Amino acid sequence: MSTDSQQSVDDDGDTTGDATMTETEALRERIDELESTVAELAEFADTATADDDGQKKMTLIATKGTLDMAYPPLILASTAAAFDWEVVVFHTFWGLDILHEKKSRNLQLSSVGNPNMPVPNIIGAIPGMDRMTTRMMNKRIADNDTATIEELVELSLDMGVELQACQMTIDLMEYDDDDFYEGVTTGVGAATALRHLGESDVQLMI
Amino acid sequence: MTTELDITETLDVKGVSCPMPVVKTKQAIDELGEGDILEVLATDSGSMSDIRGWAEGTAGVELREQIEDGDVYKHYVEKTG
Repeated sequence: MSTDSQQSVDDDGDTTGDATMTETEALRERIDELESTVAELAEFADTATADDDGQKKMTLIATKGTLDMAYPPLILASTAAAFDWEVVVFHTFWGLDILHEKKSRNLQLSSVGNPNMPVPNIIGAIPGMDRMTTRMMNKRIADNDTATIEELVELSLDMGVELQACQMTIDLMEYDDDDFYEGVTTGVGAATALRHLGESDVQLMI
Repeated sequence: MTTELDITETLDVKGVSCPMPVVKTKQAIDELGEGDILEVLATDSGSMSDIRGWAEGTAGVELREQIEDGDVYKHYVEKTG
């Protein structure tokens, strides 16, 4: 009885031993596989970090040239630059006027089609109304010590923001390179914008 | 209310609003050396959240203290690297 019992334990022990060996081998192989995957990933992470240095990048597309819509891209761009982000703002269509030295000082509000305006559309449509609401807005900007568009453009350039002026729009509007603030990048198009958008962590069209 | 920190320089951005307090702080910090502490005096109530957010999201700076002193928001930023 005791022999039987001993036999049975040995048999069981052997069977378990074989299974353990196979499992151990399989696990070893799996560990080897995982180790090489981890090594590959670590190598990839190293290259990725070396490439971008952990620096975030933001690309904005500025398409609007009204006084109210000129602020968001410039405020975001200068602030992102303060975070040490690499920042590109691609200005196209009316957004180009933000970079136009003369026009940027005279951006207008639109009284019509803006429900936040203090005047109804039918009054807003009266000639001279945009000029009046713009004057009111400019007074508020001055009273609140809010930065002007000109100040924000200069500040953004100072902070290293790349302000790009779409060449197609420059030609379309018949502007000259000299019309823009010093430091503005001209001679760029959609492909340049896409390249930056593709490399960016944050992309916004404003 | 005052701080007990050893201030290296003071930046006065009283009166100006977003994004100026943060951007001017960044420009001032860039001029300082490691271990220096910049005091920022602002009246923009958004600066309490903005300067904290900026300091937390930017390498090489640490927000040491923020004090609300009447109408003035005082921020103390150390350059750590």
